[in-house]
Amino acid sequence: MESSKVIHAFYNDDEILMDAVKAVKAEHHHIEEVFCPFPVHGLDKAMGLAPTRLAITAFMYGITGLSVAIWMTNYMMIQDWPQDIGGKPNFTWFANMPAFVPIMFELTVFFAAHLMVITFYMRSRIWPFKEAENPDPRTTDDHFLMEIPVHNNEAELTALLEKTGAVEINVVDKH
Amino acid sequence: MYQFSGKLKTFSLALILLGAIGIAFSFWSAPKTVEQAKDIIAKQASHGDSHGTSHGEVKKEAHKIDGNDHHNSDDKHHSDTENAHGDHHDSAHDEHVFHQLKNKPWSALYVSLFFFLGISLLVLAFYAAQRVAQSGWSVVLFRVMEAITANLVPTSIIMLFVVFAAVMHWNHMFPWMEPGTFDPTSEKYDAIVDGKSWWMNVPGWAIRSVVYLLLWNVYRWMIRKNSIKEDTANDGGKTFKFNYNSSVVFIFIFMITESMMSWDWIMGLDPHWFSTLFGWYVLASLLVSALTVIAFVTIYLRSKGALPSVNDSHIHDLAKFMFGFSVFWTYLWFAQFMLIWYADIPEETTYFVARFNEYKLPFLAMVGMNFAFPILLLLNSDFKSIPWFVIIGGLVILAGHYVDVFVMVMPATVGAQWSFGIPELSSLLFFLGIFIYATFSSFAKASPIPKGNPFLEESEHFHYYNIEHRGESSDHH
Repeated sequence: MESSKVIHAFYNDDEILMDAVKAVKAEHHHIEEVFCPFPVHGLDKAMGLAPTRLAITAFMYGITGLSVAIWMTNYMMIQDWPQDIGGKPNFTWFANMPAFVPIMFELTVFFAAHLMVITFYMRSRIWPFKEAENPDPRTTDDHFLMEIPVHNNEAELTALLEKTGAVEINVVDKH
Repeated sequence: MYQFSGKLKTFSLALILLGAIGIAFSFWSAPKTVEQAKDIIAKQASHGDSHGTSHGEVKKEAHKIDGNDHHNSDDKHHSDTENAHGDHHDSAHDEHVFHQLKNKPWSALYVSLFFFLGISLLVLAFYAAQRVAQSGWSVVLFRVMEAITANLVPTSIIMLFVVFAAVMHWNHMFPWMEPGTFDPTSEKYDAIVDGKSWWMNVPGWAIRSVVYLLLWNVYRWMIRKNSIKEDTANDGGKTFKFNYNSSVVFIFIFMITESMMSWDWIMGLDPHWFSTLFGWYVLASLLVSALTVIAFVTIYLRSKGALPSVNDSHIHDLAKFMFGFSVFWTYLWFAQFMLIWYADIPEETTYFVARFNEYKLPFLAMVGMNFAFPILLLLNSDFKSIPWFVIIGGLVILAGHYVDVFVMVMPATVGAQWSFGIPELSSLLFFLGIFIYATFSSFAKASPIPKGNPFLEESEHFHYYNIEHRGESSDHH
């Protein structure tokens, strides 16, 4: 496989980084990745990333949890063994519904929260023993890194990035 | 400066006039004697619709479960000799229905009055909370909230009149005010209510009512005056700090008076029943309505160009509050209902039995309107910043909380004789007219931007990160 080159441009301020991202986007260069030590507000918008759909999945997981709770309470308390427990009405599920609401609520939250978190882990490819992907350890502390693929335009890109206030520009072979 | 348009003024005055005529009509058409009450009931029954017959059934039930003083006199009749029983019961029943019908116009007025008074009060409390929290987003809405609280003055005056009328026995909404309730020699003696007479007595009730209204209006008058003063004060934040401190004091007073007000004015309608979280429940109901009203007035004024610095993020925040407090209301409503349903202690359960039997539709519809509808409509972050969605959601929320107050008041005062007709609708229109007039004439009297507030700059540039501001410049950072 042909090895491809990327440019790593380092910044030490999130405001400068934001302006740099906008400048690079204005020149129609593709930004492969930006590494930050903390969330930078508006960076996703500046990079033109699509909005997350995690909230939509959470809503559907919540409905799943609610359905599980309704099915479970109905099967256990009404269908399978409808005992008279302290005079609670168990003729229909609805007649005893208020007693099931705490369970319905908790299972809705439980499913929504946990399945959404697992979805997040899977979509972000995070798991224990995963090999860290940061190209430079400084990006976890006080530096910001913008990664741009090079297509025979190394000099032009370097000049552009220097203008945006990069503190360090490296051209790296990426395998 | 905003100009209170002649069109809107005429509209509000027309509402007040129309409402006043309807209220006068409802008092005029209420029965004066037991005979007239019997006629009205007979006429209802002769319609032969299911409405009339179902009322007939539940009335019998109400006799068994309800527990106000009229029924205690019934119990005395029950202990009479067997053969006299039937006649006595019938005449007592007619008397009971007569009292309920006589209560109808008063209760209709009271429901709307309490609804609008409570909304204005909670807007005031929310406004005080925003000052105390030193919140950055809501400063551009301060004048809107202040304008809405102007409605506190006329509603308080009408409330004073209703309090006076109750003390003078012009109305009979509060059964414990019936003469003889605390007199052991009287036929109407009620030992349970007598045990509560250290709190539930007419002078104490009247004095407390006046004190609540006075405290709220004093704060409103003071904070409005000093908020306008803040615009031009230029005194190194002295006025601002004074307003902060007085708001802290008001929040403290408000939390106490609000709780006591809900015992006196709402829970006192059912003197045999009590609930510990009732004050919170009333608070939640009024708070979500208050936030909806703030959102409505803001959206209206913004559409008229009177609020240049209000952007979609402000609307989004108001809608978030509407959403959040709708859930909070549901939580308290359900917590109160479920605890009583679960333990099923007869002295507590009567409250919900009366509501579930005679008010099934409003009682259940309320949960759909105040919980299911807003939670599904306002869950989506994008929808919360679209004025039309907020208005549709808000209309359902406001209607739902009117029904909520209705279901709090009516079962205790008119029982099975409830309906939604001219008395209820005209009271609603009457207070809506007063609300519009008070709010917009007050808004026209001060600068729509509180210039002296140190958080104004932050509020004008408030931007919630994932909201697309439509039709606004996007560089609001």
